[in-house]
Amino acid sequence: MDVPHLAVALDPLSPAEGTRAVARQSPKMPIREIFYRHKALVRLTHWINALCILFLLGSGLNIFNAHPHLYWGRYGADADPPDQAFFSIDAFNTPAGPRGMTDIGPWRFDTTGFLGWSKANGEYTNRGWPSWLTIPSFQDLADARHWHFLFATILVVNGLIYLSWSLYRRHLQRDIWPTLTDLRTIPHAVLDHLRLKHPIGDAAKRYNVLQRLAYLGVIGLITLMVLTGLTMSPGFDTIFPRLLEIFGGRQSARSIHFLSASLIMLFVIVHLTEVMIAGPVNEIRSMITGYFTIRKDHQ
Amino acid sequence: MPPLKILTRRAAILAGFGGAGALIWNANSLTLSPSFGRVFDAVEEWTKLSQRTLLLPGELAREYSLADISPTFKANGTTNPGGDDYNLHVAQNFVNWRLRVDGLVSRPLSLSVADLHRLPSRTQITKHDCVEGWTAIGMWTGVQLGLILKAAGVSKSARYAVFHCADNLDGEPQKGGAQSPGQYYESIDFSDAFHPQTIIAYGFNGKPLSVPHGAPLRLRVERQLGYKHAKYLQRIEMTDSFAHLAGRRGGYWEDRGYEWYAGI
Repeated sequence: MDVPHLAVALDPLSPAEGTRAVARQSPKMPIREIFYRHKALVRLTHWINALCILFLLGSGLNIFNAHPHLYWGRYGADADPPDQAFFSIDAFNTPAGPRGMTDIGPWRFDTTGFLGWSKANGEYTNRGWPSWLTIPSFQDLADARHWHFLFATILVVNGLIYLSWSLYRRHLQRDIWPTLTDLRTIPHAVLDHLRLKHPIGDAAKRYNVLQRLAYLGVIGLITLMVLTGLTMSPGFDTIFPRLLEIFGGRQSARSIHFLSASLIMLFVIVHLTEVMIAGPVNEIRSMITGYFTIRKDHQ
Repeated sequence: MPPLKILTRRAAILAGFGGAGALIWNANSLTLSPSFGRVFDAVEEWTKLSQRTLLLPGELAREYSLADISPTFKANGTTNPGGDDYNLHVAQNFVNWRLRVDGLVSRPLSLSVADLHRLPSRTQITKHDCVEGWTAIGMWTGVQLGLILKAAGVSKSARYAVFHCADNLDGEPQKGGAQSPGQYYESIDFSDAFHPQTIIAYGFNGKPLSVPHGAPLRLRVERQLGYKHAKYLQRIEMTDSFAHLAGRRGGYWEDRGYEWYAGI
């Protein structure tokens, strides 16, 4: 990997090449340094990936609505015993009118208005996930599958480009993979994050241990999504029957697919929250132009 | 950096985000747009091409043991075609049911269920993957379709086997809004038609096929999703195109937006 590119110019698009000097208005003023943080390929694949994840989550929930029940094992077609779903969304008629219910294991939750019984186009319908979360917003398995496979294909191509580039340029090994020293700083990093304290100065030039673990985790989750997605395909099951063994059957694979998607959703929420806390303009700009402004108060 | 290059890069970034925004904003209308539908068709073609490339000729879908059979096997779609004709066949135990094989063949056939029983049989325990997401495992017994097609003498110009069924599933309109006749039909190409596990099944879990599962005859095409496994088979038509059939996309669900190649 190249030596990080340092510059002081405030226009991030036209850095004064090769300058290492820092602008110092007065001795008390914090020094600002503009740091070339994200390479073009990382930025491009990041945004393509973000678009893919958005469409895959939205269309995935629409697909899920065609059969809003999850099972463990090789088979499962009915929420009730003997198949017995461990997660199930449905609507039921009650004396108080239809209610949306979500079953997780032995527990039942009333989720009317969100899961099971929610408004679509102003009218209440029996729907797993609500209209505003799904792509398309209307319920149609065929259409949702089209979007899902379109973006799944883009996601895989984009992901392979990112991974091979990152391995070849040692981005993965150097910037993402946590070192032993990194791992020892976990308790410290957790405390800093809880206090919403973000690294400044040179420490901001490298990913901290929690970032490394989160990014590594999301790479792992996306890989798991692709593999469990393929396991649901009867065609791919014939090509790679091992997939069925690895995940314990098509229904287990489908459940792992859903659980991984939930964890990716969690990652997205935490990721966006961190961007907001750390400074949305600077963070988002750095993922568009590559340049990141670092405050150096303590020098 | 020359200013022109900055402008170009800025324009490219703006165009990229603008395009992505437009895609998200218009997702619903693009879903129904016939021209954007070509993008989806290309993805389907790519899926078929990649799976067919990776599939070794004649590679079998996984077969399970008796112990793996699921306790219940969900019946989906039509569970009883009804009507006087079909009800009479049920009452007569399907002795007068005929499976016609015609179209681009040199020897059209008309087979009774008893005729099929006299042919060599194949029994397979396989998983049934519904497009909705559920799975059931069952044991199917029947005659390899390839055997029947060889007996009928398929013409060189034929490309597809079309399955005409006794059930009518009208209700959902076709893509584009037209209400086509809801008669169920399906089609496969030769890669699946002559696959060893593609059978015309008359038995299920050791018994004659029941009405909910497609009595007296249904197709099993194990490397594809459930909706390809047409039930209540009356006629196999060998053809070179779908142009003369209902919505022209080669199947009841295909006419309603589902993929013709249902390997995923």
